[in-house]
Amino acid sequence: MSEKRYIARSSEIAARKLGGEMVIMSAGDSRVFSLNEVATAIWEAADGRTPLDEIIANRVCAEFDVAPQVALEDAEKLVQELASQGILLVSDQPIMRSYFSLRETS
Amino acid sequence: MTGLMQEISNRALKLGVPLSVHLDLTYRCNERCVHCYLDHEDHGEMTTAEIKNLLDQLAKAGVFFLTLSGGEIMLRKDFFEILEHARALLFSVKLKTNAILIREKEAKRLRSLGVHSIQISIYSHRPEVHDAITKIRGSLQRSVKAIRFLKSQGLNVTIANALMLQNIGDYPGVKALGDDLGVGVTMDPTITPKMDGDRSLLGLGLTHSELVKVFRDESLVGKVEEFCAPPPKVTDDDLDGLPCSAGHTACYVSPYGDVYPCVQFPLPVGNVRKSKFLDIWRHSPQLNDVRSIKLRDMPACSECAHGGTCTRCPGLAYMEGNMRGPSSQDCEKSFARTGIPSANMLSKKSSLAGLVQIQSLQAAVSNA
Repeated sequence: MSEKRYIARSSEIAARKLGGEMVIMSAGDSRVFSLNEVATAIWEAADGRTPLDEIIANRVCAEFDVAPQVALEDAEKLVQELASQGILLVSDQPIMRSYFSLRETS
Repeated sequence: MTGLMQEISNRALKLGVPLSVHLDLTYRCNERCVHCYLDHEDHGEMTTAEIKNLLDQLAKAGVFFLTLSGGEIMLRKDFFEILEHARALLFSVKLKTNAILIREKEAKRLRSLGVHSIQISIYSHRPEVHDAITKIRGSLQRSVKAIRFLKSQGLNVTIANALMLQNIGDYPGVKALGDDLGVGVTMDPTITPKMDGDRSLLGLGLTHSELVKVFRDESLVGKVEEFCAPPPKVTDDDLDGLPCSAGHTACYVSPYGDVYPCVQFPLPVGNVRKSKFLDIWRHSPQLNDVRSIKLRDMPACSECAHGGTCTRCPGLAYMEGNMRGPSSQDCEKSFARTGIPSANMLSKKSSLAGLVQIQSLQAAVSNA
């Protein structure tokens, strides 16, 4: 992949980490999502400023035993899925933070 | 509850996480509802800083669902500051309000803050009935206007219709009003005693025949024959199951920082002004006592035919004198629904049979 991709969490959600896995609820339609540990690590790092490949290298490959290319391909699928559900924003430019940020709660 | 939500709830229970907290921001109110159980005087509400600190603690403890209620929440000048803080901590926030202070500006702000849902109390579609219950002239009109503002912002609004003697004939009208406004309506015949133990409010509750009628209204309960069917045999799972989420995955915090198992369960278990929330949640002896309640250990309810289906509220039972005992209101509901008396009702009947019968003077004289 040549161009950088940036991801940021939507402000239209509620989220809490429960037993290492992130539970997310869309405020608009109350749909609930539960992310596994790897997806949770990506979600937590989605600050709109860090490129996705850096997140994968620093948060996923560093913490979970997975090859970078495989991790990036899986992450791309995850990001597309979460973006299609409206709970993650994706851009080829850094994303300005909205009011909400995922504060450190654990 | 959806499959995933049930799984999340089970996970929270296993991890000992308080998934839901109901926080009353104030007991002050701009209505004076006839059935309200609260003392509306301010006896020293938590400050903005105290509430923000509590919210930080709740987020750390794993709380996901946060209900902000009162009293009337909008009477707090710092309401939006508190709400902003809550949403920045990513709680799923539900508001309970009479909405009479919500206009277009407030509705827009609630929308921008990503509130999950707003529950508004409406007692009747007729102003003369609703306003007589709230004791505020014009309150129905203002609440309905607020619902329209909130709906125009795309917010998820629900009408809560408490059923009591004053408005029992009006629930079809409230339902029609909800349809007209495009919002859901929930109805509840539960009347709660005052927090000081005064049970006089219970006199406002529906009679048996009114409850029977409500439970047989297809527009409310769906398939009547299913809803009112005799209870299935009580199983071991029922006997070892949890009575409700109070103290297990949910609790209540008052405007003064007092922690209780539930808003309807006034057993004090700690105060967040004196202890950390998580210390109270994990180590309160009273909460651990509540957690030990199982149907199997309850003297009357474990023998009851309704054991597996009863909506028994341990808080109402506590207010009757024993949190391991029956809740008469729920016995009444089970009886009205199925026509089968609860074990509690049967035991009261048999104990009464042994009492001396009161006779008329004439009968007493002729027997002598």
